[in-house]
Amino acid sequence: MIINHPRLGPRDSAEFVYKGDAGLIERPFGTDTSIEQMHDYAYLRDNTAGAHRELWYHEQGDRSWLIVTRDTVTHEILDVALARPPADKATS
Amino acid sequence: MHSALRIIKEGLTGNKGWKPAWRKPDPRTQYDVIIIGGGGHGLATAYYLAKEHGITNIAVLEKGWLGGGNIGRNTTIIRSNYLLPGNQPFYELSMKLWEGLEQDFNYNAMISQRGVLNLFHSDGQRDAFVRRGNAMRLSGADAQILDAAAIRDICPYLDYDNARFPIKGGIRQPRGGTVRHDAVAWGYARAADRRGVDIIENCEVTGFIMENGHCLGVETTRGTIRAAKTAACVAGSSSKVMAMAGQRLPIESHVLQAFVSEGLKPIIPGVITFGAGHFYVSQSDKGGLVFGGDIDGYNSYAQRGNLPVLHDVCEGGMAIMPMIGRARVLRMWGGIMDMSMDGSPFIDKTQTDGLFFNGGWCYGGFKATPASGFCYAHLIATGRPHEVAQNYRLDRFLGGAAIDEKGQGAQPNLH
Ligand SMILES: Cc1cc2nc3c(=O)[nH]c(=O)nc-3n(C[C@H](O)[C@H](O)[C@H](O)COP(=O)(O)OP(=O)(O)OC[C@H]3O[C@@H](n4cnc5c(N)ncnc54)[C@H](O)[C@@H]3O)c2cc1C
Repeated sequence: MIINHPRLGPRDSAEFVYKGDAGLIERPFGTDTSIEQMHDYAYLRDNTAGAHRELWYHEQGDRSWLIVTRDTVTHEILDVALARPPADKATS
Repeated sequence: MHSALRIIKEGLTGNKGWKPAWRKPDPRTQYDVIIIGGGGHGLATAYYLAKEHGITNIAVLEKGWLGGGNIGRNTTIIRSNYLLPGNQPFYELSMKLWEGLEQDFNYNAMISQRGVLNLFHSDGQRDAFVRRGNAMRLSGADAQILDAAAIRDICPYLDYDNARFPIKGGIRQPRGGTVRHDAVAWGYARAADRRGVDIIENCEVTGFIMENGHCLGVETTRGTIRAAKTAACVAGSSSKVMAMAGQRLPIESHVLQAFVSEGLKPIIPGVITFGAGHFYVSQSDKGGLVFGGDIDGYNSYAQRGNLPVLHDVCEGGMAIMPMIGRARVLRMWGGIMDMSMDGSPFIDKTQTDGLFFNGGWCYGGFKATPASGFCYAHLIATGRPHEVAQNYRLDRFLGGAAIDEKGQGAQPNLH
């Protein structure tokens, strides 16, 4: 698979480490989260068949985190963007 | 059924006398039990429900053709060489069932107990393997620790003095080996069919009939089918199917590939695995080297993978047996694995009455086929988990009771 990096252009997916569902960026804050919510965050997945937003870390490149939207049924890459911290935690 | 005499007779008479091994019934509107998924585990479940519990009014619903899923795509290795008490007794029960299976379901599954050898490459790894071997023996399984000299006798061609990963020894389970995977599906299907189970192919489950928190059956591409008990058993499609019942699972679907070389003279005794990278190999009766390694590593429902894993697996092979460098890869394919968060499976009731779940087999579910069917049937028939499968609960992460063989913590790339 070729990932079209927003800064570096087309790169082989083998340069990246796959980090799973992009929703994992929204980590609940430990002390005000119930055990059930933390369990659901850490262990449960939508595991979508079709368009899937997911994190790819460019370990052997510029170390950026990308959000790749990829069809899990065909492996077609539909969109690539730089990952950003969740809105409420962004420092602007 | 396939006696030598019969094969000769059929060969001389144009092979016109063979009959289908199971019926092709149309679905009825009501059963006692519906099993979703006609893979190895679904068919084994139907067989043991009929044989052990006398429940025969069963439909096995398969969206494609029987044996088209992972049961027909795996590298056929069986073993009971686990460490943890939540796993090892279950896999040893499976091994014992394999040992009696051909007599039991009266079908030749080519069960070949020619040994599984896991190599170790460091002192630390040796100690871990000794501990695992002791756990195996405590469960009643067999295990031997071999030093490099003993392995040299069996496999003189390994790269013992590799500068990075020298081979220091191995753990061997002589009762491990391989089984003809398709024949397992066919054997269970035929034996279940003989006991009255309806195996319905080309019948995809598209929804559940839910009333007041009870599951009363399923909607399918061949109509509505009702049953007091519905049991999902769909491996890589687990999340998709359970989402129709409103349930999210601790599972990701990933593609695992397998590779076969051209036919070669017999050279590999049993199964050999590399302890420092991920590579495992056996040799088929036709002579092809059957090998594989890691999952591709990204969510996938495509039954095919990509080239980086082929490179990685072949590098692993070259690191321990450089002699295979000139063999050519003939075929490769992929299957969709239901990767659980701790590498261990689930056999459990669900939040919905009347709906059961079996999945999370990662890439080790073939060896589990007999015990999975046996324990799932026990749960469905009696409402209680079988003793050796009682830790395979869907809510185990909530209580911190992960069954994490490698001690690596929860992540969906273990097996
Ligand atoms: C390349 C590869 C190598 C492997 N090697 C080994 C090995 O060496 N040893 C080992 O122990 N394990 C191995 N495995 C794992 C093993 O094959 C699986 O864990 C096991 O086969 C899964 O159980 P099953 O046979 O029931 O799955 P499957 O055969 O996949 O059965 C599930 C069935 O459910 C059906 N289904 C899905 N959705 C629906 C629906 N909505 N309605 C109706 N039916 C549906 C599917 O069509 C499928 O036939 C390997 C797997 C792969 C892919």
